[in-house]
Amino acid sequence: MTPADAPPPVATYALRLGDDALVLAQRLSEWAAKAPELEEDVALTNIGLDLLGQARSLLAYAGETVGGPGGQARTEDDLAFLRGEREFLNCQLVEQPGGDFATTIARQLLFSAYQYELYLALQDSRNDTLAAVAAKAVKEVSYHRDHATQWTLRLGDGTEESHRRMQDGLDALWPYTAELFEVDDLLRALVGDGVAADPERLRPAWASYLEPVLVEATLDVPETSRAPSGGRRGVHTETLGYLLAEMQYLHRCHPGATW
Amino acid sequence: MMAAPEGSDFQSEGGHGAVPTADVPATSPGSRTRREWPLWEVFVRAKRGLSHNHVGSLHASDADMALRMARDVYTRRSEGVSIWVVPATVITASSPDEKDPFFAPAADKVYRHPTFYDVPEGVRHL
Repeated sequence: MTPADAPPPVATYALRLGDDALVLAQRLSEWAAKAPELEEDVALTNIGLDLLGQARSLLAYAGETVGGPGGQARTEDDLAFLRGEREFLNCQLVEQPGGDFATTIARQLLFSAYQYELYLALQDSRNDTLAAVAAKAVKEVSYHRDHATQWTLRLGDGTEESHRRMQDGLDALWPYTAELFEVDDLLRALVGDGVAADPERLRPAWASYLEPVLVEATLDVPETSRAPSGGRRGVHTETLGYLLAEMQYLHRCHPGATW
Repeated sequence: MMAAPEGSDFQSEGGHGAVPTADVPATSPGSRTRREWPLWEVFVRAKRGLSHNHVGSLHASDADMALRMARDVYTRRSEGVSIWVVPATVITASSPDEKDPFFAPAADKVYRHPTFYDVPEGVRHL
């Protein structure tokens, strides 16, 4: 791709945020009809629907902005269902399998605490669309974070088994949080323009939210130097391919299918 | 309002208002190791100025979780501005067996309804 063909940076940024929301929404939908309790089933899928709504706004905006072959705009469906794995720009954290319920809660806690700070900051973006999406989403994510926090406290400070599972989930997913705060050239330029939120400024707020929660839940902050990365460049763990196969199957078999 | 079926375990009458009393894990909240979550009755206020109405029930591990679950289960379509959750065990309900002593005596006292009285001719401001 020559620089002249490169999509506008803001479109790539919107894709990154939109793909985070889309992939996590798909992961949460996997709990439909399988959660430990009916009430929790509804809660997790509700959260997934919030994320799907955010993904739709962000992908629709990216599609209008990026254009496709011949300069035609791409719809949110084109972007969701007709891109391959290497074209998805989500962070690797959201694609990680939900595992047991505690692992899902760990993923929710780590990601929603990040996404909350992100949207909080993005409300002041110079880009009107991103600011509007963030202003709506921050209320949703505030609830997601609270939901994950409540469960983290109960599982962490619950029974021996629930504590073990919660700690295992945190340990497994913690390395993937490094990628949330990575800065590359594209992001640096957008931060400079006042369009994107500065990840380096999100991190302290993220950490200071999590710390007391983990302490109260009697959980240890995992110590690790592992920091897998690459999602923002389309490099993913093996699991994303399977997720997309399931998510995209119907649209690819029946192009343009609606209901 | 529907009458409770014969031999029903429900104490109060009818669909959503039913409070089951037998074979239901409606234990009091508090214990951390309980396997079944206790039952909570959910009341939602539709908007300011109206009272909270009973909308249903759910299982939750404790009051805080019950409130959040009630939000997810009962207010997904903007049904409310305020939620109460109450442990089902603290509700004392009238029994279907006592239906007659409780409610029948009111049936023949039509004079308790304002429609029983004729308004005399010429009375204004009534």
